[in-house]
Amino acid sequence: MVEKHTIIITVMNSPGVLARISGLLFQRGYNIESAIGAPTEDPDVYKVILVVQESDDHIEQIVKQLNKLIGTLRVVDISHKDNYIVREYIILKLEVQQKNRTDLLELARHFNAHVIDIETDHIIMELSGNPRKIDRFIELIHPFGIKEYVRSGEFAMSEYQKSKKGEKNGD
Amino acid sequence: MKGAEIVIDALKKEGVNTIFGYPGGVMIPIFDVLYSTPEIRFLLTRHEQGAVHAADGYARSTGKVGVCMVTSGPGATNTITGIATAKMDSIPLVILSGQVHTNSIGTDAFQETDMVGLTRSICKHNYLIKDVNDLAKTIKEAFYIARSGRPGPVSIDLPVNVLNSKVKNYVYPEHIHLPGYKPVIQGNPMQIEKLARAIERAKKPLLYTGGGIISSDATEALHELLDKTQIPIVVTLMGLGSVPYDHPCFLGMPGMHGTIAANKALTECDLLIAVGVRFDDRVTGPLHTFAQQATIAHIDIDAAEIGKNVKTHLPIVGDAAHVLKELTKRVKPRLRDAWNERTEYWKERFPTRFAQKDQGPIIPQYVIDALNQVIDPEAIVVTDVGQHQMWAALYHHFRKPRHFLSSGGLGTMGFGLPAAMGAALGNPDKQVVCIVGDGGLQMNIQELATCAINRLPVKIIVINNAYLGMVRQWQDLFWDKKYSQVCLMRGPDCPQECRGMDEHCPSDYIPDFVKVAEANHVKGLRVSKPSEVVSTLKKGLQDPGPVLMEFMVSREENVYPMVSAGKPLTDILTGEE
Repeated sequence: MVEKHTIIITVMNSPGVLARISGLLFQRGYNIESAIGAPTEDPDVYKVILVVQESDDHIEQIVKQLNKLIGTLRVVDISHKDNYIVREYIILKLEVQQKNRTDLLELARHFNAHVIDIETDHIIMELSGNPRKIDRFIELIHPFGIKEYVRSGEFAMSEYQKSKKGEKNGD
Repeated sequence: MKGAEIVIDALKKEGVNTIFGYPGGVMIPIFDVLYSTPEIRFLLTRHEQGAVHAADGYARSTGKVGVCMVTSGPGATNTITGIATAKMDSIPLVILSGQVHTNSIGTDAFQETDMVGLTRSICKHNYLIKDVNDLAKTIKEAFYIARSGRPGPVSIDLPVNVLNSKVKNYVYPEHIHLPGYKPVIQGNPMQIEKLARAIERAKKPLLYTGGGIISSDATEALHELLDKTQIPIVVTLMGLGSVPYDHPCFLGMPGMHGTIAANKALTECDLLIAVGVRFDDRVTGPLHTFAQQATIAHIDIDAAEIGKNVKTHLPIVGDAAHVLKELTKRVKPRLRDAWNERTEYWKERFPTRFAQKDQGPIIPQYVIDALNQVIDPEAIVVTDVGQHQMWAALYHHFRKPRHFLSSGGLGTMGFGLPAAMGAALGNPDKQVVCIVGDGGLQMNIQELATCAINRLPVKIIVINNAYLGMVRQWQDLFWDKKYSQVCLMRGPDCPQECRGMDEHCPSDYIPDFVKVAEANHVKGLRVSKPSEVVSTLKKGLQDPGPVLMEFMVSREENVYPMVSAGKPLTDILTGEE
């Protein structure tokens, strides 16, 4: 079954690491929906968070191939794990008319979206949260007239867990 | 110490005494150091593709890491085919390419090319070194990565200013720090135990082994398992030589041009023990028809190979030699039984054969079969790619690992001659025989000069049918005999549509290989009569120098057995219907 998978790749920080990862997926015929790469608390370590739409078989192969990259420290598919905090960030530019401005702001308030810029004919706002919340917000705000939006792609981190015997924090 | 000196010192520390390559502008600093480094032998090929295949042939035949050194731009891009060839067949290479000054990278400078970008998908790993302080560490890592785990090519791009920069306190590092890279060597004991039990339960166990046996030096471990269990075995192209051709358990090569016995055994077995193989499409045919009766156990050092193509019931990640030794310890002895007899019956009932008449043209298979009578049993046989390659796989008498070198995964025409050259350089005491088609030979024929000048006594057997025979065979069998661009004698006077030879065909083959050989100071011999095949082979093999023996063979011979593309392994064409 094809479904969305979010994969966290922890790698050694080296030049071209993001190209290595995206190149690998492309080379093997898989499509990346979103990819975020950024440094971590350890300057030697870099994290990449990928979202791909693939079947379970393909995901298994993707995870194995990613693990094979020389600098890979760990690869986790968090799609079926509930102990991860997943977030996404979005900036939206909306066309706005006098008559629906209040409804729009009300909706934004409801979602905790933050208004960055407001003019007579447009509003720019930002929102972060669970990707499902972002999807829902886009859906509801769509009728107001979206001019443009930019999504960050998903990023995620494991919840804090008190270490039990033989169990590491995270996964 | 200068970067260029560090490179050469690092190579020496890695035990390198042979480099294959070609110089160029940005690499002059290294060649300047090589100038006064007599302990490293540099084989100057006539093309960078020749260099990388030669390094590959050297690596395959010696088990060492092959080293190839080329300049930036075209020098680097000319190695691409060879790197991809080595990657597909898991051959350890280190490719050192020059690069423009780090300040010029990205400006489309003279002879600049993005080698790291180009090789990313065809390398095990690659590097661009921007700081001379990283040089020694990187070279050490590269060699370790190339030869450990599942071996493969590693490319290092060396900007000219890095080669010219100096390091104050140079020490070659003793340790490697690669926290993300830890090949699994020991297999999981519980899984191995499970496999041992599965073998005891199986009525029709079958071993299916490949290049992994050779790269992990697991031949001895495999033989011990065979001695204890008598399990019938099929060996892929990449594994040929790991089991002697006359071993009672050996059923031959499986797959598209495999033996009937091997393919029948794969189809009927109830336990398939795959070791160091990757279930290549040329072996399996359509996956939903492959080994349907069998529980599949897969031993491989590369976890990503397990379950990639077929569903595996018993995965074991580990080094073939370690796992097989452990398995042999745990498995109960198995006696020859009805299953062994059945597989042997297939071997006898469906031998791979050909018919050579005393008169008339030479049959290509006959040349390869006749070679068995005269070749040194210790000889290394190298092939190119195509029909002759499959005939060699079917008819040559394999005796030892690392004595049959062939481009398997990528199927690279032009591999044969330079790879044979590399094997000859790495094995000066051994006879090296290169079997090659007339098409493939012309793809790297410039290396005849390299053989002659360096006194590399490669014995070249050209199977000349004046066709790109394997493609012609497909056009013959599956494309209504429309011979489109496969005839190497075709000229402007030929009809647009050609379905084979007739009396109007051009009479002369161009080039005259014997003359090309002689022009390169390689002895040239040509044979057209079956009665002269054995005597010519003898004469050629006895000569101390390089020899090219050209066999003018019947043009439209096909390779059989053959399983058509997309058909199950039971659907075998024998050519005798």
